[in-house]
Amino acid sequence: MKTPETLAFECETGNYHTFCPISCVAWLYQKIEDSFFLVVGTKTRGYFLQNALGVTIFAEPRYAMAELEEGDISAQLNDQKELEKICLQIRDDRNPSVIIWIGTCTTEIVKMDLEGIAPKLEKQIGIPIVVARANGLDYAFTQGEDTALAAMAHRCPEYKHCKTNRQGEIGRIGIQTTSDNKSPSQGSELTRSNLVLFGSLPSSVASQLNLELKRQSIYVSGWLPSQKYDELPGLGEGVYVCGVNPFLSRTATTLMRRRKCQLIGAPFPIGPDGTRAWIEKICSVLNINPDGLEERESLIWKNIEDYIQVITGKSVFFMGDNLLEISMARFSIRCGMIVYEIGIPYMDRRYQAAELLLLQQTCVRMKAPLPRIVEKPDNYGQVQRMQEMKPHLAITGMAHANPLEARNIDTKWSVEFTFAQIHGSSNARDILELVTRPLRRGGGFTPGFRSLSKQTIGG
Amino acid sequence: MKLAYWMYAGPAHIGTLRVASSFRNVHAIMHAPLGDDYFNVMRSMLERERDFTPVTASVVDRHVLARGSRDKVVSNISRKGEEQRPDLIVLTPTCTSSILQEDLQNFVDRASLYSESDVILADVNHYRVNELQASDKTLEQIVRYYLDRASKEGMSNRSLTDAPSANIIGILTPGFHNQHDCRELKRLLGELGVSINQIIPEGEFLKNLKDLPRAWFNTVPYREMGLMSATFLEKEYGMPYISTTPIGISNAADFITQVEKLLNLWAPVLLGRKLNYDLYVENQTKFVSQAAWFSKSIDCQNLAGKEAVVFGDATHAASITKILAGEMGIRVSCSGTYCKHDVGRFNEQVQGLCDEVLITEDHTEVGDTIARIEPSAIFGTQMERHIGKRIDIPCGVISSPVHIQNFPLGYRPFLGYEGTNQIADLIYNSFNLGMEDHSLDVFGGHDTKGISTKSLSDKKNIDWSPEAESEPKRIPGFVRGKIKRNTEVFAKQNNISEVTIDVMYAAKERSSP
Repeated sequence: MKTPETLAFECETGNYHTFCPISCVAWLYQKIEDSFFLVVGTKTRGYFLQNALGVTIFAEPRYAMAELEEGDISAQLNDQKELEKICLQIRDDRNPSVIIWIGTCTTEIVKMDLEGIAPKLEKQIGIPIVVARANGLDYAFTQGEDTALAAMAHRCPEYKHCKTNRQGEIGRIGIQTTSDNKSPSQGSELTRSNLVLFGSLPSSVASQLNLELKRQSIYVSGWLPSQKYDELPGLGEGVYVCGVNPFLSRTATTLMRRRKCQLIGAPFPIGPDGTRAWIEKICSVLNINPDGLEERESLIWKNIEDYIQVITGKSVFFMGDNLLEISMARFSIRCGMIVYEIGIPYMDRRYQAAELLLLQQTCVRMKAPLPRIVEKPDNYGQVQRMQEMKPHLAITGMAHANPLEARNIDTKWSVEFTFAQIHGSSNARDILELVTRPLRRGGGFTPGFRSLSKQTIGG
Repeated sequence: MKLAYWMYAGPAHIGTLRVASSFRNVHAIMHAPLGDDYFNVMRSMLERERDFTPVTASVVDRHVLARGSRDKVVSNISRKGEEQRPDLIVLTPTCTSSILQEDLQNFVDRASLYSESDVILADVNHYRVNELQASDKTLEQIVRYYLDRASKEGMSNRSLTDAPSANIIGILTPGFHNQHDCRELKRLLGELGVSINQIIPEGEFLKNLKDLPRAWFNTVPYREMGLMSATFLEKEYGMPYISTTPIGISNAADFITQVEKLLNLWAPVLLGRKLNYDLYVENQTKFVSQAAWFSKSIDCQNLAGKEAVVFGDATHAASITKILAGEMGIRVSCSGTYCKHDVGRFNEQVQGLCDEVLITEDHTEVGDTIARIEPSAIFGTQMERHIGKRIDIPCGVISSPVHIQNFPLGYRPFLGYEGTNQIADLIYNSFNLGMEDHSLDVFGGHDTKGISTKSLSDKKNIDWSPEAESEPKRIPGFVRGKIKRNTEVFAKQNNISEVTIDVMYAAKERSSP
């Protein structure tokens, strides 16, 4: 399809609010059940974690801080000895299968050689140590997961290319041994190829996506990350990989360059349109004729008709903080919304190419204007723009949500999209449930009573 | 390095930001990496603030590491000055920037040449002080800055107000019940005939600070914040201050006696008479506060000798210990604080009121102590509340770290005579909840076991495939039942006899809200 315009990208000052990328431990420690996340940093990180994660901190989480003290900064203490002491303590208390060190801004600035220390300690204490540099100098929020998964990609066992593809469990492969007991037996009509999906999703969402692909006779041979550390999927030449989240560009690069996998660049399975395009792309790469996708998609659209009525014609402004913005905007436009601006912390135009194309096509299809995409946005400027444009809905972080509500702009807290189940066709309702909540709430009040909550704060 | 899961007091810059954003029209610029502006979220969510939090970051990224902040900080300061015209911009170092060892003072000097706003650098060391100490220090720094300037310009006004007046020092955003305490303290002083000269930092304009010394005396309701400013004002301007916290009946009476004493230094001269508040104290204690009567009542008799553990910041932990042991006859087995910097005073205050004193910043140590003592109730922070949950001991929250529930919409002061009522409720409810649970257990619990669920399941009609059977286990418990039910309804409607995973998700896709 030819598009009359091309997408316009802008880049602002980068003065925007987002979460520190170490917040990825919040969902990763729950996903990888036998892991322990150790954030090496100062009080500031710890304070952020304990406040951002709220109640989980009380549930004996499998993460902790290695809190740096003045002696560590000035190198009066030996990093390796200190980390050894702490990791031994973790081993004795929790006995995890893997310890993931999360490097922070501080370890970057004092140039603590975490990558160098890890292999030594790993040998000493007998537990694999993965190092991910999820710091606020380089990354925003969800990109933390990207760094962790990219680091973990190196620990996946080697997949020996076999002519007959295999099915079933990868087998429990220790990380030191590269490859063993791979049984290429158990052939099935499902298995056409070796497909590994990457991105951390709640296990029920992961199995929904597995199921969507199974309908097309595609068997998913593994996920990065897996539920258990020692179930990491085999990687190597001949393995196809496909991302499920838009913020995983480093992981994608690592899988391609270091593990020689073939990347399937597809739009992301968010919304029924995205899910369909995602499956179609995988099918086309694997030479499969997709079956019944169109009917399925239209059925889903029919089922969310009631929500769509609420949002059709409404305008939305994405302030940008979690990199899901392009996919979310594309889905919103397809639902009939008008997107004024897509703020996004970082835009990898190669990794998101298919998604950007779909966005463009969706705009043409829905006869919607192409939104401006603002990389590294400036929150102050955005608020000024919002006060001119008066969008019906702002998707924004919590720092701005209450003040915007007080200025009569309905808001949806963006972080919810990272924790809610939004992938796959089945969860389209869940996304719209979130998006429409502020709008439904506005309409639900008895007329005349709404004015009670009107705020008087100006400009 | 130390292994830490939880901290009671936040990092230093949080304290600075709390002070800066409490004053009116002051903007803080943090020299920090992306994501460190989490303070904005806390303030916006906890205090349900209607305005944008006046804190921005001058982002430290790779370029800054490579070349230094150079003009970035300076241009960010002057830009903010133009955009929002604050009276003061506080450049706030973070732990990251303090390692970079850039000459932030130089940036401040340069920026103040261009900017119409005043610019200062918060003078706090990240590795030596915590949130509370930093807020104390920053408040003093700002007060000193404006008073010094006023006296240089000959603008300072040291004449006492005609009527007795006081400053309240140390009311901060997001502070534990601070807003309510402030209102109660204002009322209390008002009833004593003392008007409020200024409340700092909350809601005060900087241009008014020059009139701080006009008050007859200062009150510092919380020892953790404001003590430095009060001692500065005492030293430089001869202003006396009261650092007794009027939490509890005896503390309140003590506070009022001190007010009386301070006022009577000037009252005979300026008012032509001496003040006496004995009758006021008696009336309040007997009729406004129910706490004195409560401790006499049968309810409180039942609590006599019961064991409690107290933990929190120095102010609240000491005051609550005093109330429990001194006013209600409850045995405080252990009283503790995480304010390590104020240990001497804390020890002095709780001496003789508790069996042991615990000074620690490690919540596991607190947890272990509680588990060992097994008190009937805990009075602590949000962390102790969760420790209590785990071992089934009720907990009343009496101190920060704060949580959204510590920002009640209703009036809940801890200070003054209304505060004594609130605290009595809190204490009584905590103990009583525990006793209620206990007696329920004794009598066999709520008699609800026979009630069948509302489930529509009819095992005869619908089978779940083993695969599908295991699927709901992955769904959070609180929605599991609903999903199972919806799936079975869907299966019935569509004449499906076996529920497979496909059927489950088909049902989910169809289900209407």
